[in-house]
Amino acid sequence: MIDSPQPRAVKLIADLPAGAAALVHSLTGGHDFCSRMANLGFTAGAPITVRQNYGRGPIVVSVRGTLVALGRAEASRILVRASEA
Amino acid sequence: MTQPLRQPVTPTRPLPRPNLRLVQPACHDAGPGALPHPEALTFALVGQPNVGKSTVFNMLTGLNQHVGNWPGKTVEQKTGTFRFDGAAANLVDLPGTYSLTANSEEERIARDYLISQRPDVAIAVVNAAALERSLYLVAELLALDTPLVIGLNMSDVAAQHGIHVEPHVLEAALGVPVVPLVAARNEGIRDLVAAAFKLAYDPAAFRPNRPVIRPEHQPVLEQLVEMMGGCACDRYAADWSAMKLLEGDAEVTAQVKGSVAPELWNEIHKVLLQHEDAYLDIAGGRYEWIGRMVRAAVTQPRAGAVTLTDRIDRVATHPVFGLGLLLAIFGLAFALTYAVATPLAEWLSEVVLGGLAGLAATLLAGAPAWVSGLVIDGFIGGAGTVLTFLPILAIFFALLGALEDVGYLARGAYVMDRFMHLMGLHGKSFLPLFLGFGCNVPAVMGARILEERRARFLTILLAPLVPCTARLAVLAFLTPAFFGSRAALVTLGLVALNLVVLAVAGIVVNKVAFKGEQTAFIMELPLYHAPNLRTVGLYVWNNTSSFLKKAGTFILLSSAVVWALSNLPGGNPETSILAMFGKALEPLGALMGLDDWRMIVALLSSFFAKENTIATLGVLFGAPEAGASLATQVSAVMVPAASVAFLAAAMLFIPCLATVATIKQETNWKWMWISVGLLLAISLGAGVVIYQGLRLIGVGV
Ligand SMILES: Nc1nc2c(ncn2[C@@H]2O[C@H](COP(=O)(O)OP(=O)(O)OP(=O)(O)O)[C@@H](O)[C@H]2O)c(=O)[nH]1
Ligand SMILES: [Mg+2]
Repeated sequence: MIDSPQPRAVKLIADLPAGAAALVHSLTGGHDFCSRMANLGFTAGAPITVRQNYGRGPIVVSVRGTLVALGRAEASRILVRASEA
Repeated sequence: MTQPLRQPVTPTRPLPRPNLRLVQPACHDAGPGALPHPEALTFALVGQPNVGKSTVFNMLTGLNQHVGNWPGKTVEQKTGTFRFDGAAANLVDLPGTYSLTANSEEERIARDYLISQRPDVAIAVVNAAALERSLYLVAELLALDTPLVIGLNMSDVAAQHGIHVEPHVLEAALGVPVVPLVAARNEGIRDLVAAAFKLAYDPAAFRPNRPVIRPEHQPVLEQLVEMMGGCACDRYAADWSAMKLLEGDAEVTAQVKGSVAPELWNEIHKVLLQHEDAYLDIAGGRYEWIGRMVRAAVTQPRAGAVTLTDRIDRVATHPVFGLGLLLAIFGLAFALTYAVATPLAEWLSEVVLGGLAGLAATLLAGAPAWVSGLVIDGFIGGAGTVLTFLPILAIFFALLGALEDVGYLARGAYVMDRFMHLMGLHGKSFLPLFLGFGCNVPAVMGARILEERRARFLTILLAPLVPCTARLAVLAFLTPAFFGSRAALVTLGLVALNLVVLAVAGIVVNKVAFKGEQTAFIMELPLYHAPNLRTVGLYVWNNTSSFLKKAGTFILLSSAVVWALSNLPGGNPETSILAMFGKALEPLGALMGLDDWRMIVALLSSFFAKENTIATLGVLFGAPEAGASLATQVSAVMVPAASVAFLAAAMLFIPCLATVATIKQETNWKWMWISVGLLLAISLGAGVVIYQGLRLIGVGV
């Protein structure tokens, strides 16, 4: 958000624009979901890049050298933090 | 009493899992335990989805497993054999799985095989272009006691992306043989097999660097192993079960719970609750271990390079352009069919079949009337006419194969995600549904890649509404004579009708039966690559040759049966058994404008195989004569409004016998009957509504 007073440290993947890079902070949601995501490489500290995000509908994220499509609901359950440039 | 945990993991979810492994269709793998060479060594191909396992399998065994560029093609285990330096071996192709915690039907098949069947050596195929992620499964496999060799596949793709992997360094780090491969070009496969044989002959030489759990979880893991100590299983099995308990694996949890005394389970459960989040650390720990393994072996490209995949995806996965592209692809498929394939099919029908019929008539001039009738009207008119579909099918399959192999399919699924949500499904359901354009049977089987039972059942119910090539060929065959220059338009309209009905049925069934639950959409997008001519060629060959086989056996037989039933008793079709039957249904047919019993019989016969519509018409209308093709003859007995109604009903009709049997196998009796009933109602309903509607507005009557 342009007008937010200060950049929040932790954001949802779903809120990142295309091209943004970040590190996975944590996962929220049920055990099955978190376990699948962790197996796919979304573990704490893993670098990710958002490849596509049109504000609605699914998004594409690259993680550990692969492209993963995520529904918006799923992308809203992954928290990320800024990666030190 | 306790049981060994290593033995087949008992299913915990309701139907249909036990079926999947016990009742395999006869034409597929006979299932575990039925190895072609019981005495020979058995190797299993394992790996994450879309890494090239089936490509390796096909190269070695000469069989034709489905290969394409999207995750989730192989959905059942398949066994083949091969010889290497004089020694015979069995090779098992497994579905891809991201980890040994199975999330869907087909992943469970791979996992259960590895846990309970114990191949002599597991051949782990990994993708060099996505090494870290591919090695995740290897990290889990190393915790089992099955010896392992690694096939480092897609070396060419990695090189294109500037990723360089040093196989020897990786081999030294892992303590596991690593063989570089380009499976699609048959490079390195011999070396891979040699490594597998070597290990099989000397399993003691297998001393891998096994990943260890983070130190803070070591004590609890040991505690769990100790608590389950009463069970008569070996060290690896105990460790593995303890690990999966800690990871919260639903099946293993249920298995352990069922096999230990309740008091002990309470104790174990208490321990597990204290370590509820350990599974995240375990996954993180595996990736850290992988990071250490690959650090010295892999050179990564500079970050931020724009790849071909990025460029294509700017269009292909764009919410608007992507949809446009999907529609354009459909449009192209139909344009090609009508520009190239249909004229060819007509030529085959008139010139080749007409000639054949003439020839047969001369040759059989002296034979009894029933012999020439059976040959000319039954075989040539029926099965022969179906054979003229060949060019149409070849074009369809070439297009489908190319789309799959390029890597487009997953993009189509991504673009369709929003629309699938309307049915309580998500993009992944598009993958099996798309296979339905080829044939509905693999579409129903392919639904195994869906994680939730609800989504799987709904997708299976909707799959028959996707018009398969056989039905499309029926359309392409009949519409030119029925509608002249507007044939392509009518065809598009009818296909669109099917898809609209699919969407509406999906929305309604989801609302009524499933109360609109939502499921998680998580799907890997493969990198694009140029279509491999060999892969696409094989795909076309497989599908067309199985069509030829079907035409030469099943459809030939049906044609003969239809011919016999339409000539008995007495040899006059108008008073035959089939005519009686068809005429009894005429009141129903009349509602759709079908007052010729032959049309009703043709529609019903499509239940046995969709191509039978044409075979039956061919038999009942007699072999094509020069100048008047079958389609023209048929069009003469109906007004255009009835033709549209007939085609709509045929497109929406009950799925063919093979599909119905597969639906039963993948779901249950109840769901099969629901499917048959729903489609029967929809198809007859659509036929009646279309005919009556057109009549009301005075079009085509
Ligand atoms: N460029 C390149 N492509 C390959 C190579 N090996 C396989 N492929 C392609 O990769 C895709 C996937 O191959 P499959 O053999 O179907 O993969 P699989 O592991 O059996 O996939 P699932 O059954 O879905 O788990 C196909 O398009 C192959 O043509 C390779 O070494 N190089
Ligand atoms: Mg496969």
